[in-house]
Amino acid sequence: MPNDEQPHLNVNGKRLTIQKSWFGESLLFTLRERLGLYGSKNACEQGECGSCSIMLDETLVCACLVLTGSATGRDIKTIESLAPEGSLSTIQQAFIDTGAIQCGFCTPGLLITIKDFLDENTDPTELEIREAISGNLCRCTGYGRIVEAVRIASKTHDESQGAS
Amino acid sequence: MTTIESYKTKSGVGVSAQRPDAVPKATGKFSFSSDLSSHNMLWGQTLRSPLPSARIKSIDFSEALAISGVHAILTANDVPGKNLFGLEHPDQPVLADDLIRYAGEPIALVAAEHPEIAANAINAIHVTFEELTPLTDAESAITADPIHPEGNVIRHLKIDHGDPSVTGDLVIEGTYEVGMQDQAFMGTESGMAVPSPDGSVDLYISTQWLHSDQNQIIEALDLPEDMVRLTLAGVGGAFGGREDVSMHVHLCMLALHTGRPVKMIYDRNESFLGHVHRHPAKIWYRHHATEDGQIVKVEGKIILDGGAYASTTSAALANACCFSTGPYRVPNAQIEGWGVRTNNPPCGAMRGFGNVQTCFAIEAQMDKVAKALGIDPVELRLINALEQGDTIITGQKITGAAPVKEVISSLADHPMPGPAENNLLARPGGTGRTTDQKHIKRGVGFAVSIKNLMFAEGFDDSSEALCQVEDGNVAIHTACVEVGQGFITLIHQIAEEVLGTSDITIIPADTSIGSAGSTSASRQTWMSGGAVLKACEAVVVKLIEQIFEDEGVKYENFNGTLVSEDGTKTIPVSEALKGRSFHEKIVHRHAPTFPLNNKGQGDAHVSFAFAAHRAVVDVDQELGLVRIIEIATSQDVGRILNPLQAVGQIEGGITQGLGLAVLEELVMKNGVIQNANFTDYLLPTALDTPPIEIAALIEEPEPGAPFGAKGIGEPPTISSTPAVVAAIRDATGIDLRRVPVRPEDIALE
Repeated sequence: MPNDEQPHLNVNGKRLTIQKSWFGESLLFTLRERLGLYGSKNACEQGECGSCSIMLDETLVCACLVLTGSATGRDIKTIESLAPEGSLSTIQQAFIDTGAIQCGFCTPGLLITIKDFLDENTDPTELEIREAISGNLCRCTGYGRIVEAVRIASKTHDESQGAS
Repeated sequence: MTTIESYKTKSGVGVSAQRPDAVPKATGKFSFSSDLSSHNMLWGQTLRSPLPSARIKSIDFSEALAISGVHAILTANDVPGKNLFGLEHPDQPVLADDLIRYAGEPIALVAAEHPEIAANAINAIHVTFEELTPLTDAESAITADPIHPEGNVIRHLKIDHGDPSVTGDLVIEGTYEVGMQDQAFMGTESGMAVPSPDGSVDLYISTQWLHSDQNQIIEALDLPEDMVRLTLAGVGGAFGGREDVSMHVHLCMLALHTGRPVKMIYDRNESFLGHVHRHPAKIWYRHHATEDGQIVKVEGKIILDGGAYASTTSAALANACCFSTGPYRVPNAQIEGWGVRTNNPPCGAMRGFGNVQTCFAIEAQMDKVAKALGIDPVELRLINALEQGDTIITGQKITGAAPVKEVISSLADHPMPGPAENNLLARPGGTGRTTDQKHIKRGVGFAVSIKNLMFAEGFDDSSEALCQVEDGNVAIHTACVEVGQGFITLIHQIAEEVLGTSDITIIPADTSIGSAGSTSASRQTWMSGGAVLKACEAVVVKLIEQIFEDEGVKYENFNGTLVSEDGTKTIPVSEALKGRSFHEKIVHRHAPTFPLNNKGQGDAHVSFAFAAHRAVVDVDQELGLVRIIEIATSQDVGRILNPLQAVGQIEGGITQGLGLAVLEELVMKNGVIQNANFTDYLLPTALDTPPIEIAALIEEPEPGAPFGAKGIGEPPTISSTPAVVAAIRDATGIDLRRVPVRPEDIALE
């Protein structure tokens, strides 16, 4: 049913008021269908695939598992804020250079996850990389190029960039 | 004269050119079919049967229609044309009108202002069923009462090759089973239909084959072809699961009925119900071999469970049977196959298409033969490996490249991995389990596969391409569907190769141009790649003619550079195109194929590709847990057009193969899927997937193939599964006859 309250969200640095939302609406639905931020993806909508990974305050979450009403007043960073318009972060560039993108449906969620991971771990081993991205399913690549992209990005990653 | 090589470009064919959609995909701006929106848009949803077999007694949607915000509820009575569709032939209702034949069959459609209203309306539709007993056993289905007017046997195929009286010194018999795998592409089915005032409709949809969809939709809508226009929307993976129509007709019906754009997105549960799966199989083999290891005869029986409707069961069965003896020289074979209807979910195309099922069983048999004869498994495969000029069991001679021995030998020579890292994460079961290092046993398995490329059995397989030049600006148009495989990269590379520029526009794939056929069967590089190549070449031919008329100088094209006959003048094609306009549209076909006769004999296939896989696993036998340490591969690729994309196909395909080996199965109970979600349907994660080693990519150009390139998408998925299972057998000594291998199959044996 419709929610008479109007949640306000801080999305990618902008304060936005959500009108005519529903009580049961997930943050993923609000981001995609109300705010037009389609970069967060909807592969499973039950927190298993990581395709809707975003930063909620400083925490990596699946937007499909967050109710919009409960995110009111909180800082949200999505794929759309990973790099300034017209530029690419080192992780995005590494994904492109290594062939880590095929259909691309898992890509935005992975990029958010990896950004969060590399902010904490600047010199990861292969197993640590694989564990870090094991909550993000990819059906096209078999992960080999993605692991390679993370390895390359870890050499040049700059924490100050983009969503965190 | 300067050599051709000196004109070789850095972004033509053979280099790791960058995907043209890489930046939008990396920034979240790429528009997938689920990202579509439109002013005044409604949301569509589908009511599906919870029962696998039932008669619909009544449908009462009065309560649902009364809900504020609900704009339409449609049932079988509202299907304007024939209430039937199907990829090979129409046998499946658009909406169930009387009988329910599988759990998940669509019954009614809703269009509403908000997805939650649509969901409420779905819950308020009351259907009364008379429950029937489902037919769920494929073997019984052959003789059981028919569940469909067309009967239960979709196809019965016999291959009778050579002398049936031959027997071997050694006879090895085995029965095998393959569970139901799902394509599980990341982007679920989604799309939007937009009606026009003239009663026509535009459908934006993720699919694999726009024109096949269109042909099925117009029959169901009873509209002429030009009134149903399809445009490809961004596709989030496919792997065969989008070859059949899913929501297509439903969306068009809702849009035409309401006069408003309608969007639909299946959630993951509905996606599992809404597309076909890989055919589960039961396979029996009897292999006859001489003492020195030659396979002299194979007898086999293969049953594929097609589920409730035909889809591509007939073609999948042909693959299963034609290649039922693997990439080996087998002079005598008696093979019998059935593709049957049951009340299980419909099955159809998935990467590897029919070859996956039999490869698992053949390779297990080969290992058993090797063991019984005391011959090394790799050596046994080399003894029997097909070569160019050999005949397969359908009587077809292999005229193209067949580097089977090279594929096997190069892989066997590849170094083995060392011991696993001493880290809980690297052990079977990972950190959450309790595997003790001293219980871990290592095993190695080897398997080889054959895959036919492109459509078979006389199908008129074609692709159309347009190369359009307007004042020097090049645009290329095909209906070839990009599902993530990278065909759009290849278009740029071909343009660079022929026209000397990759600065081109790709016109979106739609039905305003002729069919490109399906993005399946490892066929688009050959078919649509060939069409784009020919269209670009046709432009250059016209260009050279024009220049000759203008200047009287004859030029020839070398990789995008025009060189005058006397070698004194050169000009890039892209420069020469400036100020000129061309419009060259061509249809590309591969060499014709022919139907199989009543003995299963005939030149039914175009070309063959081979691959070998070696898996190394660590197994904790007490707990039944497996850790795949490494998969190495060699593959016959003809010629590599884009090394990075080739590696991507190989790594991705192998991962789906290991999924079938140890993780992935749609678990069925009385015809109902028990795990239609990503919590319970186990896809390989980055931790389940080992490093993949490419030992060799064998480049032996294929005659007749554009650039000599063979399709490379499917072979990685075929023999990777049996290689993993062979490795588990090697570690444990257990005769594993079914995939996926579950912990209990190891621990409780």
